[in-house]
Amino acid sequence: MDKHKWIVWVLGILILGVGPYFLENTSLAFLIRLAGTAGLYMLLALGLNLVIGFVGLLDLGFMAFYALGAYTAALLAIQGWSFIPSALAAMAVAALFRLGVGFPALRLRGDYLAIVTLGFGEVTRLVITNWDALTNGPKGLPRVGQSIPPISLFGFVFTTNLHYYYLIALCVAAAVWICHRLNHSRVGRAWVAIREDEIAAELMGVEVTQQKLVAFGVSAVFAGLAGAIFAHRESFVTPESFTFWESCLLVCAVVLGGMGSVIGVVLGAFCIVALPELLRDLLGTGFASARYLLFGISLVLMAIYRPQGIWPSRRRSLELHRAEPEQETLFDVENKR
Amino acid sequence: MILQQLVNGLTLGSLYALIALGYTMVYGVLLMINFAHSEILMAGAFASCLLLGSPWLQSNSPGVAIVLAMLGGLLISALLALLMERLAYRPLRRAGRLAPLISAIGVSIFLQNAVFLFISDQSLAYPQIFPIRHFETVGVEINSLQLLILGVAVGLMITLHLFVNRTRLGTAIRATAQDASTASLMGIPVNGIIALTFLIGGALGGVAGALNGMYYGTIKYNMGFVPGLKAFTAAVLGGIGNIAGAMWGGFILGILESLAAGLLPNGSDWKDVIAFSILIIVLLFRPEGLFGRHVPDKV
Repeated sequence: MDKHKWIVWVLGILILGVGPYFLENTSLAFLIRLAGTAGLYMLLALGLNLVIGFVGLLDLGFMAFYALGAYTAALLAIQGWSFIPSALAAMAVAALFRLGVGFPALRLRGDYLAIVTLGFGEVTRLVITNWDALTNGPKGLPRVGQSIPPISLFGFVFTTNLHYYYLIALCVAAAVWICHRLNHSRVGRAWVAIREDEIAAELMGVEVTQQKLVAFGVSAVFAGLAGAIFAHRESFVTPESFTFWESCLLVCAVVLGGMGSVIGVVLGAFCIVALPELLRDLLGTGFASARYLLFGISLVLMAIYRPQGIWPSRRRSLELHRAEPEQETLFDVENKR
Repeated sequence: MILQQLVNGLTLGSLYALIALGYTMVYGVLLMINFAHSEILMAGAFASCLLLGSPWLQSNSPGVAIVLAMLGGLLISALLALLMERLAYRPLRRAGRLAPLISAIGVSIFLQNAVFLFISDQSLAYPQIFPIRHFETVGVEINSLQLLILGVAVGLMITLHLFVNRTRLGTAIRATAQDASTASLMGIPVNGIIALTFLIGGALGGVAGALNGMYYGTIKYNMGFVPGLKAFTAAVLGGIGNIAGAMWGGFILGILESLAAGLLPNGSDWKDVIAFSILIIVLLFRPEGLFGRHVPDKV
């Protein structure tokens, strides 16, 4: 069994690593760009999964941190900063804002926290839209006459979609590894304890607030990095990329993939980004516009028939078996808050 | 100037309040944020608009046509809300908090794109049935459209208030919101009551959609999103789950927004920022809302 698994992994990595290289000059080259976009969403979903899947806090405004990362990187790149410092700054800005909002909001529970994050997401997008002096408003950055240069690392300039694909793939791999290590570390176990029973966790000596802030901070770092790469790849950022809908879709990616499951979340992000596009090609032009109908229906069906996600987290499914009995129904007004 | 903004704010606020009632009633009985409620609003607007454009309504007098169109919007939206509950939410009653949210997002995407595909992907002009007259007293201008909106909205809210507080069905709704399992032990058909709250919320949302279309003059497949989010803010502001709170929340939000738009420099750009900032501040300091009751955490 283990041997079998190993072969699957090697094959997968080979296909993902070498495949795009051969696709570059074929009619399927658009897949490379699509895969890059999916990769950015994977980074975001992995970050969001730390908060939703591991700690169990719902966040409906995660795009705000992607936006902060993208705009920070774009502004600095226009000033002539090179990629590494500007990406670091993007991650730092995203994390700072994340902690700034997170700290006061952590006292809130469940839906209320979700609504605060929703509000923050909207405020961020609206401020970016309206602060013409800094962000050039709805027209986006760069302004006329300025430009966001492509990423250049150690003398190598990233110009094609293929280059960005490899960069993003590398970042996703690193993020997967970090999430995996976090999940199996002391920190990850603390998060699970908080998710299962916050008060019990606190009694057992888990620093609840501190651990939640760590999850918030790390998740924002992922979003900031994704934003920085996004800004350079598009060489163009507008507030329209960061709407509430995008945040909702990210939550869908995490939940559909399987909350708390690193591989599941990667698959979920892939489905959210790539499925509508691939459906367009599969269905042909006549049905192209129907793809979002199918997408909407499949979200409902997934929620009903497979709420644990495509690739459920093993740890979480163990937990679900225990907590399933009647006491946690939606009817129970007092317990749900 | 301030008085004028107050009048505009009241109009806007009454629309928010009508929509917010749908959010808050559903939250009251199910503790679920029905994100697809903004699509109910959109459906009401489209249904009434298409009805007004249809030949067999145009032969009627404007007054009758408007009433019929609004009733049509109300009916379609109420049915849609019922269907939504039955197909997308009822199977998820016991599924925790996130699954219904995903389902709601799915419904929302589906409905928006259904309208996008089968009705129109552009803005439609909402037919203007009667000439708008302007009245002016003590420097404040109010037009017949605003009066109509205020009248319909306030009338519906008073009706709802009486219904919820004075009738047996209303009592059943309140009982279900308070404690559904005990309510069902007392012989209240909880499933029926939940469907009823969706029906009422949908009906109010449909009327609000029709009024929204009249007020702004155009409708589009994604028109529900912004007022939906604002109304949701209003519901939270008043204490989500609290019916009177949703009405007050709607009016407060509408007035604050209009004041901000009228009095601040570049106010109309920043009014949404102010609305959402208020939401955040209220939640941080008073998460149960301005009029909600505090529910302590249980171990």
